[in-house]
Amino acid sequence: MRIAIKKNSKILALFAIACTAVVGLVNEFTKGHIQNQQQQHLLTILHSIIEPQRLNNNLANDCRLVTDPLLGSSEPQTVYLARFDGEPVAAAISTTAPDGYNGNIQLIVAVNADGSVSGVRQLKHNETPGLGDKIEIRKSDWITSFNGKVIRDEKDSRWAVTKDNGMFDQFTGATITPRAVVKAVKQTVTYFKQHQQALFALEGSSNSGSCRDEGQSLSKNQNSDTSGEES
Amino acid sequence: MSNEYKELARQGLWKNNPGLVQLLGLCPLLAVTSTVTNALGLGLATLLVLIGSNITVSAIRQWVPKEIRIPIFVMIIAAFVTCVQLLMNAFTYGIYQSLGLFLPLIVTNCAIIGRAEAYASKNPVKQAGFDGLMMGTGFALVLLALGAIREVLGQGTLFDGANLLLGEWAAGLRVEVYNLDSQFLLAILPPGAFIAMGFLIAIKNVIDSKIAQAQPQPEEQNIERVRVNFDAQ
Repeated sequence: MRIAIKKNSKILALFAIACTAVVGLVNEFTKGHIQNQQQQHLLTILHSIIEPQRLNNNLANDCRLVTDPLLGSSEPQTVYLARFDGEPVAAAISTTAPDGYNGNIQLIVAVNADGSVSGVRQLKHNETPGLGDKIEIRKSDWITSFNGKVIRDEKDSRWAVTKDNGMFDQFTGATITPRAVVKAVKQTVTYFKQHQQALFALEGSSNSGSCRDEGQSLSKNQNSDTSGEES
Repeated sequence: MSNEYKELARQGLWKNNPGLVQLLGLCPLLAVTSTVTNALGLGLATLLVLIGSNITVSAIRQWVPKEIRIPIFVMIIAAFVTCVQLLMNAFTYGIYQSLGLFLPLIVTNCAIIGRAEAYASKNPVKQAGFDGLMMGTGFALVLLALGAIREVLGQGTLFDGANLLLGEWAAGLRVEVYNLDSQFLLAILPPGAFIAMGFLIAIKNVIDSKIAQAQPQPEEQNIERVRVNFDAQ
């Protein structure tokens, strides 16, 4: 009995080692490709909301991790800074709309240095297919209705869906999703206005490829050192 | 010899189809078949894993003690799934994103461990590999049929987003069958998948009974269902 257990556990261990080795090898082989793909994907999204000709820095590497209640989550969010010859052009801020119809909606919001919205894209959502998923750019161009919009003051009532007397359309059969997105974008722009100086002040980040956590200087409650990268 | 392969092909593609007859792996089958592209992506991934795991399980069958064969099979399958997942992440990033969780969940597709246990662990490498190919193809075909039905009904297109899986040239594959102002929700949501699946199974049964009627002396019904039996036999 004991011998059988010993023998079996040895065999099991051998197989575990072999399987892990194979996975490790494949991981080693694909690591570079995967990183490339993610970077590429990220750049595609960033360039779709901030036109590439407006900036000349390395957008994907010039980034910060920030945590702020206005960004809808206690997780650190990433801010990508676009500059032209060192002058601030725009910032792309990842944010979360916590009150979607079916959980969190992850967005990336680009705000120009003058406080107007440069572009918005959704990164991840679980909204109902066919109704709430019109926030995706490939389903509908609704998300582009944010382009160029500005917040006049704290209580700008135009930042709501038409049903609530605002300037953004809701979808037939889905009001909760656009409502959540509008609110999240508004909060993100507000955040940008409050922190614009601090965000751009930290000049010329290293090209290490990972975002520095600026939690201490930019917010009260930094809580993790994950590389909170959402792509 | 060739008869054996013919029988394997018939079992995998029709008589004992993992999707239509064994009804294994229904979770990914129903969840990701909202478009043909997704279905093709998951079908190919499952096919690769199934061939790989069948060949490996068959190759090592002498060294695996009966008592611990299941954990070893699971490990092998998990290793293959992880490799396929990494490869898809590296080379077909778009489809990797749209398959999401269902790619790693191939590990739990009972069709795979079912074939390992019922066939590969008892047969030589060549046959086991061929069995994996046929079973995987059978599964992928059901996925494709379901994906096509749901995509046409729900979005009025075919091969939408094929460029994510096959590269840029495939963007031209997209067919707009008809134009919908709003999508037909039922076909896109999981209940639509269940209903379409039911129709597919019904059609298969109708064809089977037609064939049985056409033959004066019907073959004996010998559908071997796979059971993953955890008791020592």
